[in-house]
Amino acid sequence: MKNFTFMRLSLWVYLAIFFAYLLGPLVIMSATAFNSPSFPRMTPWECLTFEWFSALFQDERILNGIWNSILVGAGTVVLSVAMGLAGALMLTQIWPKLRATYYTVIIAPILIPGVVLGISTLVFWDRINRMLGLGADSFLSNGLFLTIIGQSTFIASYCMLVLVARLQRYDIALTEAALDLGATHAQAFRKVLLPFMRPALASAAVLAFLASFENYNTTTFTFGEYPTLTIELAQKVRYGITPAISALAFIIVVLTVFAALFNEASIRRKQLVAEARKKATVEELESGKLRLPGFLSSNAAAVALVVVACATVAVVGTATVYSPAQCIADVQEQKRLETEERIQELRRQRELRRQQQLEEQGDAAPAQTAPSTGSGNNSGFGGVFAPGSLSGDGEAAPEAEQEPQGNSSGFGNIFDPNALSGDGEDSGSGN
Amino acid sequence: MSAGVGVNLENLWIRFGDFVAVRDANVNINGGDFFSFLGPSGCGKTTILRAVSGFLEPSDGKVLIGGNDMKGIGPNKRPTALIFQNLALFPLMKIWENITFSMEIKGASAKERRKRADELLDMIALPGQGDKLPSELSGGQRQRVAIARALCAEPDVLLLDEPLSALDLKLRQHMRTELREIQQRVGITFIYITHDQGEALTMSDNIAVMKAGVIDQIGDGKTIYNDPSTAFAASFVGENNVFRGKVKRIMGEEALIQTNRSGELVARISSANQGRMKEGDAAMMFIRPEAFALAPAGASGDHFVTAKVNHEEFEGNVFNIFMEGDGGKELKVSIPNLGQSFEDHTGQNITLEYETKNAVIVPAGELAAE
Ligand SMILES: Nc1ncnc2c1ncn2[C@@H]1O[C@H](COP(=O)(O)OP(=O)(O)OP(=O)(O)O)[C@@H](O)[C@H]1O
Ligand SMILES: [Mg+2]
Repeated sequence: MKNFTFMRLSLWVYLAIFFAYLLGPLVIMSATAFNSPSFPRMTPWECLTFEWFSALFQDERILNGIWNSILVGAGTVVLSVAMGLAGALMLTQIWPKLRATYYTVIIAPILIPGVVLGISTLVFWDRINRMLGLGADSFLSNGLFLTIIGQSTFIASYCMLVLVARLQRYDIALTEAALDLGATHAQAFRKVLLPFMRPALASAAVLAFLASFENYNTTTFTFGEYPTLTIELAQKVRYGITPAISALAFIIVVLTVFAALFNEASIRRKQLVAEARKKATVEELESGKLRLPGFLSSNAAAVALVVVACATVAVVGTATVYSPAQCIADVQEQKRLETEERIQELRRQRELRRQQQLEEQGDAAPAQTAPSTGSGNNSGFGGVFAPGSLSGDGEAAPEAEQEPQGNSSGFGNIFDPNALSGDGEDSGSGN
Repeated sequence: MSAGVGVNLENLWIRFGDFVAVRDANVNINGGDFFSFLGPSGCGKTTILRAVSGFLEPSDGKVLIGGNDMKGIGPNKRPTALIFQNLALFPLMKIWENITFSMEIKGASAKERRKRADELLDMIALPGQGDKLPSELSGGQRQRVAIARALCAEPDVLLLDEPLSALDLKLRQHMRTELREIQQRVGITFIYITHDQGEALTMSDNIAVMKAGVIDQIGDGKTIYNDPSTAFAASFVGENNVFRGKVKRIMGEEALIQTNRSGELVARISSANQGRMKEGDAAMMFIRPEAFALAPAGASGDHFVTAKVNHEEFEGNVFNIFMEGDGGKELKVSIPNLGQSFEDHTGQNITLEYETKNAVIVPAGELAAE
């Protein structure tokens, strides 16, 4: 019994750690979007601010990147879903005998590194472009075109996998029934197969868009004049990171949560409606008097959706009237004071040290102990140190102490690039 | 009854690779007939139906509908409607949309479609169920919807692929009568596929008995039942007792058979085999369980059979006696229950007699698997 509770407890602990691992970076990243320091950080918390959001929306390159990503995403969705559907139809219906071979061929792009796909797309279309005798500014060397084509090479395979799963549950007799009732092949496809495939097509489209949106390594070779968001982020990150990027990550997280809740809520709603219809009598169905369950009734996801929506509206409302100027001014004032104090401290220390050195030079060895203890106390280190090494230690200590504060006061930018690459990756995977 | 459109199969062959699914089928189906293909599972019934509806091109031979060769004409251009073995109702469409799919194809307005759907729903006794989804109906209701959907296309020939096989016995029997009624009302040709001989006999004007891709016999129910032309047809349609042997003497329409177990017996040669059997041929004689009567003990002759009783059972309307028979199979006798008293014969030898016109002789051949 005890063992059992222990097991359960450790399971919960494990889950907590697991989710912290998964979601922790996102949560921290999101929080930094609301903190005022110009380097994304959660502690020390200085001022609640929304300025990074307005900074984000004023950054031309990011906006342009988002727009390009949407263009590329839309193109990739259309192309990949179409190719994926064609591939899936071939796999399940037209060439059942060549299935295994065909499957391998179609799946291969997923296994090939994106970098290779990017390079080969570039090389291949460049060749074709030259063969056709077109110039460097032709359609075939357009960044938008190349990126869509390059990404679709492997995203189409993802789509196909999603679609095949659904197609395998399709009864080919349905198409035959439609044909038998006089439909042309096109009509049978449009009126019977396509509606059946709709949920899978929607999933494939979402998957394709997300895969396209977050793609970096293929796009990096093909983007040309159309840098996508990931490309822009990567370039920006080279010159330093601001919480504006956290703000972007936060927006993406919120949109994802919305989409997930909406999806969940509509699935649940469909189930409820189906149940209600099953229970309904003929008269109710006929007279249209069937009372369908309300949108919110016994639908936790819908409730959550509404709550999140309300919260969003509230936050946006607050943001438009809220001004952190006073807080930021206070913090700056405080920082200024701190800095001054520190400078004075440093001066005092330097003074002490100079005196010490003078004494050392001027006096004999026995006199060494007393002043050195004093200086040790002064800098916060007790007399534990050996007198001889004291001067060296004394120098190192203030520096070490200064390190974190230096960042906050804008001195320590040397450390940014280090922290930055890590954070940059976070935002990438957050997409 | 020849108002409708007839269907003819001429020397029809259908092969899948090396496998012959239908071998040289020749069938004439009159317009307005209820015609059944009867045969065990896997004998090629669905294949024939698919060739008629246009999903399969014959490897050889012709399919004619209303006298026109259907070669190269797709299923959507043929005047046929097929009711699939698994019904194939469109799962995402409501019942009324399902039923009127053929009208939607032709561009009919939703209002017209609704109206027609309501008429057909009345006909199949499902009024007001048009707004349900197929998954919300019972098996028998779905069955009827499939029929309505096919009829809505106003086909000249309705093809039904074992439509009742998924239903329970009660419903199956009810649907038999219903189908027959519908057929008589609309007056079009029905081609019906089944492996259930009861269905075929009760509903059909004519029946084709099939075995492994070959059509053994075509005829109306009574002919098939009383006058089978092959051992397979005799053993597949209804219960039958087989006596194996050799033809000893031909006597006009009758013949004397030297049976393996029961001595020399006389029987009628089936019509299809008249004049085709010679003395010395391996033959099979079939006698239905209900064609036997109890004979006085010890009676012997060319229409008496004596055997040991294995066990007996009382079935209500009949009294069944199972006796040691030919080739390890039991000989079954059914005596109608007319209120007489039955004594237990288990373990005893008893003697049975039959009228020679009720026993048929066919050339020896493969029997239907039980
Ligand atoms: N597409 C195909 N390819 C290869 N063989 C096939 C194909 N379709 C059917 N067959 C074979 O043809 C034979 C007849 O099949 P068919 O479907 O016509 O049987 P059936 O009489 O309808 O049986 P059931 O009563 O079980 O439906 C079977 O042996 C089957 O394996
Ligand atoms: Mg079949």
